[in-house]
Amino acid sequence: MKVFIVIAAYNEEKSIVNVIHSLKKNGYKDIVVVDDGSKDKTYEICLKEKVHALRHFINRGQGAALKTGIDYAVLQGADIIVTFDADGQHKADEIKRLKRPIEKGEVEVVLGSRFLDNKTEMPRLKRLTLKGGVLFTRIFSGINLTDTHNGFRAFSRKAAQEIEIVQDRMAHASEIIDEIAQKKIKFKEVPVTIIYSDYSKAKGQSIFNSIKIALRLLFSKLVR
Amino acid sequence: MISLIQLIVVLVAVVAVIKAIANYNKKRMALLSLILWCAIWIGAVIVIFIPKVSFFFANILGIGRGADFVVYVSIIILFYLMFRIYVKIDNVEKNVTKIVRETAIKKAKKKK
Repeated sequence: MKVFIVIAAYNEEKSIVNVIHSLKKNGYKDIVVVDDGSKDKTYEICLKEKVHALRHFINRGQGAALKTGIDYAVLQGADIIVTFDADGQHKADEIKRLKRPIEKGEVEVVLGSRFLDNKTEMPRLKRLTLKGGVLFTRIFSGINLTDTHNGFRAFSRKAAQEIEIVQDRMAHASEIIDEIAQKKIKFKEVPVTIIYSDYSKAKGQSIFNSIKIALRLLFSKLVR
Repeated sequence: MISLIQLIVVLVAVVAVIKAIANYNKKRMALLSLILWCAIWIGAVIVIFIPKVSFFFANILGIGRGADFVVYVSIIILFYLMFRIYVKIDNVEKNVTKIVRETAIKKAKKKK
């Protein structure tokens, strides 16, 4: 099965090379990096690596960039598509855990969860915000998950084509789950470890931002 | 005797309607928008010269003063227009994303 790793990168020149190399070391050849209009050298760096380098000439947000990468991977004939973070939060050796249930044909989507085991260490406030996200998902999409917003997921080709991502910015994470619930796509959660470095912490979402995202989603549901 | 406020409203209304008609002629505005837009301004001119009209509507709705009625209606119209603009911007944003995405996929580079 052809596995594609999709990374949305915005101003990640410091971390992107290490992320690409760790994926290569784990045997993944098809790495799609979508540079989301970075102001730094992210794109130039990717051109030097053996990856599929795509570029948004205007910054459109993480959701838009992931969707671009997923669309591209589907066009390239991917069987499994894994979304992976550009800032080193995810572990490349855990991808096999995410893709295995799809390879076996058990489910169409596998979601990483940092709350299924307790290997992930995080600040208290972060944990609280994330639990808020879990609760929001339960009310908003009627789907019961242990973790909703870590960005580490695997899609079968079929699921990737079915799930529509129209939220360009951060709300896409909830939107993907909502799509899974609405379209009754078979999914499963597997434990993953999220690494909180100072670098990735600085890039994370604040609690205020999370509230903004939730409001955005509610609004989009009203308008639709 | 025309008061200053009446003069201002009439001038603004005339300019707004003329601009709207010009836009309509250049096909930048739909007929329905033109009619609604003109109706709003004609309504404003009528109310400013014959305030009784606003008393009449205020009474029907159970609002005490005619001036209050005018303010309420204005706020509702403003909210509605804001909402429409928001939806429109959202659509424009989505279209921008589509263009950016197409270009990105078309120009994808893969080093062998």
